[in-house]
Amino acid sequence: MIRTIAAVLLLAAGVAFVCVAAIGVARLPDAFQRMHASTKAGGIGVTLVVLGVLVAGGVASPVTGILTILFMLVTLSVASQMLARSAYMSGAPMEGLDRGDPLAGVLERQAAPLEERTDLAYTEDEETRRLA
Amino acid sequence: MNAPDLATVATILIAVLALPLALAGYRMIRGPGYADRFVALDMLTAVAIALAALTTLATGRSAFLDIGLGIALVNFVSTCAFAAFLNRKRGDR
Repeated sequence: MIRTIAAVLLLAAGVAFVCVAAIGVARLPDAFQRMHASTKAGGIGVTLVVLGVLVAGGVASPVTGILTILFMLVTLSVASQMLARSAYMSGAPMEGLDRGDPLAGVLERQAAPLEERTDLAYTEDEETRRLA
Repeated sequence: MNAPDLATVATILIAVLALPLALAGYRMIRGPGYADRFVALDMLTAVAIALAALTTLATGRSAFLDIGLGIALVNFVSTCAFAAFLNRKRGDR
């Protein structure tokens, strides 16, 4: 009884955190602020959901769930740090820096974001030109 | 007060998770940059792990928890690969 209620509370809190993270991803103005929403709120939300499933019982062995939680807590921060560093170096636009860019001169940064430097989109003209 | 039925609660929460799925999908389609799409992919996999965990409760099959672990493993590798892509791609214009 008490265990079921604890599980429901954990699951509901986790889903609420995931919803907040997704609203942040959809509404915040640049890639770095979106990453801030998705990594922290999303990570804690998913951790709470998996924890809730473990608390609810009914799982053959809890090892997989515990491994999932540990792995996510260890790797989410590392992965988001790598992605943020690469996004900064590739010149992703930033919004709302009212005191300048504190990383200027620390990391090298491309002048324009990647999508303005490449033509990765498939165009038929290009294909015919390449084949001709 | 009766104890809530966990399978029903899990089914309702799966329906609620359609909202974050739609919002992350909107960001994935809308862009505007590559970095935004990679962040949206991160969010989509997080929602997928939560969905897999909730499906464990809704159906009573613990194999879905293993799927969640698999998605978490793939997510880390793919994020690292996309970070390397962003870092090394110089551009051809």
